[in-house]
Amino acid sequence: MTSTHLSPPLQIPGRDGYSIHVNDFSLWYGDFQALFNVNIDIKQGLITAMIGPSGCGKTTMLRSMNRINERYGNVKTTGSITILGKNILDEDVSVATLRKSVGMVFQRPNPLPISIFDNVLFGLKSHTPSGYYSRRELQDLVEQSLTEVGLWSEVKDQLKRKATELTLEQQQKLCIGRLMPLKPEIILMDEPCSALDAAGIERIEALIGGMRGKFTIVMVTHNMAQARRASDECIFMLMGEIIEHSPTMDLFMNPVHEKTAMYIEGRYG
Amino acid sequence: MHSQAQNPFGPTPYERKKERASLIAKVVTFVMSMALVIPMLLIIGLIFVKGWSVISVDYLWENPRGGGIAGGIWGPLIGTFFLTLTCLVIVAPVGVLAGIYLNEYAPDNRATRAIMIAVTSLAGVPSIVHALFGLGAFVVAMHMGKSLLAAACTLAVMTLPVIITSTREALAAVPRNFREACWNLGASKWQTIRTIVLPNSISGILTGVILVVSRAAGETAPIMLTGAAAYLPLPENMPDKLMPYYLGDQFLALAMHLNVIARDVPNMPTEMKFGSALVLLCLILLINSLAIIIRVQLRRRKRW
Repeated sequence: MTSTHLSPPLQIPGRDGYSIHVNDFSLWYGDFQALFNVNIDIKQGLITAMIGPSGCGKTTMLRSMNRINERYGNVKTTGSITILGKNILDEDVSVATLRKSVGMVFQRPNPLPISIFDNVLFGLKSHTPSGYYSRRELQDLVEQSLTEVGLWSEVKDQLKRKATELTLEQQQKLCIGRLMPLKPEIILMDEPCSALDAAGIERIEALIGGMRGKFTIVMVTHNMAQARRASDECIFMLMGEIIEHSPTMDLFMNPVHEKTAMYIEGRYG
Repeated sequence: MHSQAQNPFGPTPYERKKERASLIAKVVTFVMSMALVIPMLLIIGLIFVKGWSVISVDYLWENPRGGGIAGGIWGPLIGTFFLTLTCLVIVAPVGVLAGIYLNEYAPDNRATRAIMIAVTSLAGVPSIVHALFGLGAFVVAMHMGKSLLAAACTLAVMTLPVIITSTREALAAVPRNFREACWNLGASKWQTIRTIVLPNSISGILTGVILVVSRAAGETAPIMLTGAAAYLPLPENMPDKLMPYYLGDQFLALAMHLNVIARDVPNMPTEMKFGSALVLLCLILLINSLAIIIRVQLRRRKRW
């Protein structure tokens, strides 16, 4: 994994080249303000990494992008997050439909305690009446999805096995693969490699790199080396604010802000 | 407002259906939970309405007379109090210490698991079986006779498994990293238990103990065969009235008293039956609220 070249943003007709616009977005947990007037434009088809010290709000920002934070109850927000031309914080947005377009991969692989086959189809089955797809179609979908994440050859003879029995690396690949049948626009990843060993990290990073162009990927990471080798653009956050957002190489080679420079030099954080 | 065409995240027809199913599930589960609450409120309400008229200081303070048909409820009330207290004194140390051993010291092997299965199964044994065991073991074999002590021991045996289980659960809820921190600083197992594990689980342990004992206070079967009398003439002079029974005596208890006056005393006034039921109910609610107060107080100190 040495290819860190910047692929140009995909130009898809009808889109402005961006997948997510965050405008003046602030977020409070109860009385505690976690995000302050965040403005971000995330380019279509690129891998954008979010870095910053613990507690800087990067995970909160990520989790706001498919409204998974709302489950905690005492969350209050202002501003807007626009995806596919629609403010996802609007009243008339169905979070189920939103999450079909904006998938998430968690830090700790969280396959459901059902078979590999059913894990891949769980999302799709949640969105369609039973019997909507034929058995044949479903089998093809499972094969395509698992092939996409490089898991098919390893598990094709054991699709009935419980997914929780797989290795952590396989589990994480499955968690990415089960988003595929939903054809998401955007995949959010919250430290997707931190539970894995070095070899696993390398293979997952390769997988993520191969998804460049097909999906817009936003990835939170604690690992600056990972942000540097696996992302196209990089956002540096501190204390709930965006400090700097630029192409990854620029951010690491020529940081504009002193705080960014100090952080990437490892002076704090 | 955006129209459907402008809203890529509007609910699809299938999603509206999903939401309806979700709403129906919510309503059904709510109705079922009300199926529990409403009869309970009706029962409590009925007892209050029908029994309230006899409740007075005199009713609480007078002993029953004439086999229970007249007088008050003092004898059974103080009897239940002493019975519960004696049971508590016996069962709390045994149950809590056994729970500590099983959760903290016992190795995870077949013997321990067998003990835990036995404990859990014992909790399901019907109270009349405990009564027969108490009759054989305490009343006859250990020569206690029908007495307060024999009845308290029977209740203790009956409640022990539940107390062991609830103690274990309270201890297991203390995070493992607290224990690891203690061991790393060189504390022995007992020091760890004494200084960190117990203080942080005491609210759960006490709550379990009190709830179980309050259940025991309402039991009839185990005490009927081991020491509770249907009726006894009781001393009216002070201070014997405050302490009418010793450990070796037969005694009156609320649950037994209620059982007797509800079934066996002819021409018993209805409001007195409901009055005794009300006193028993209030006593148990009082004990349970004590458990809640302890839990709230101790939880307020907890910061994790």
